Amino acid sequence: MDQEHFIRTLSLDDRRPAPMGQAWALALAAAVLVAAGLFATILGPRPDIATAAETWRFLYKFLVTAVLFLTGLWALLALARPGARARLPLLLLAPALLLASVLVELVVAPAGELGSRLVGNNALLCLTFIPLIGAGPLAAFLLALRHGAPDAPARAGAVAGLVAGGLAATLYASHCTDDSPLFVATWYPLAVLLLAAVGALAGRRLARW
Amino acid sequence: MVGEGDEELARLLNAALSGDDQAYADFLRRAAGLVRRFAQRRITFGGLDPEDIVQETLLAVHLKRHTWRNDSPVGPWLYAIARFKLIDAFRRANRRLEVPVDGDFDAPAPEPEDRASEREIDRALATLPPREQSVVSAISVDGRSIAETAQALDMTEGAVRVALHRGLARIARTFGRM
Repeated sequence: MDQEHFIRTLSLDDRRPAPMGQAWALALAAAVLVAAGLFATILGPRPDIATAAETWRFLYKFLVTAVLFLTGLWALLALARPGARARLPLLLLAPALLLASVLVELVVAPAGELGSRLVGNNALLCLTFIPLIGAGPLAAFLLALRHGAPDAPARAGAVAGLVAGGLAATLYASHCTDDSPLFVATWYPLAVLLLAAVGALAGRRLARW
Repeated sequence: MVGEGDEELARLLNAALSGDDQAYADFLRRAAGLVRRFAQRRITFGGLDPEDIVQETLLAVHLKRHTWRNDSPVGPWLYAIARFKLIDAFRRANRRLEVPVDGDFDAPAPEPEDRASEREIDRALATLPPREQSVVSAISVDGRSIAETAQALDMTEGAVRVALHRGLARIARTFGRM
């Protein structure tokens, strides 16, 4: 098939793919609906959420998870386009915020309580439910990546996992009664990185084009 | 590659995306020229044909044209696609070049392929399901229009368009993987 025939063939195929903005809007809506629906069904917010919301430790969890979600999402949108610059260093913002809160906690918490605050009561719950709640969103983001053209599919899949983890952790944080930064900095990242690893493996296979 | 040439490319692609077929063909011709030079400079051994990279890249550009942001330069986007396809092709070529572990050494060398007449894309075309294959080859090899193809194959024009699109997407998925 020579070039002119080939080019003429391509220009005759006038079925327009959906714009990326539309694909992402759809993926985000599906991700939030599925994650929030699952969370409300199996966990739900903690009963004392009103009093918890008066403490900085509880509120700070949402700052970290929301920052992870938003910075990750921004990078993800760029990673779906060939040659676009994804601002990956921004992804360090959430870990930096987390580290800062750990340092504060080390100063203000009674020395005898550090160990028990780190281990907490819900480590296993955290490691189970963040990946579980994040699985649906991860699938939605991978489908949007597949519609796009990520030129680093594994990296894009890993960031999709971070974004799904940020969303799931935001929901889970409203259920969990372990608010110490020591707990959050130990268990949340493990759960989120699990999603990122699955995302990287799946991205390499699913987001090929 | 961000300059006057790029502005012209962006203008053509924008016109193409709003339905100007002539501008689209023009854009693809220019893109082919750029990708050809890009691939020729990087392919330094005989295992790969730059023309295969050109066609594979054009097909990807076509199927992924919605990933271009119309306020950004075309060059970085186009070359990122070409680079991705080139690396993919290198990877496949390396796999094919692996030395057999045992036996096989006395087997006769395969006939050198006639590269000019059979490209990866023609091989991919040959593996399409029958209906998609007849539609795509009527248009691409015989040079027929959508209407002529519909008449010759006793299909509606809508069905021809669907089969053409599906066939091209399937070719992109199987490109070079046979």
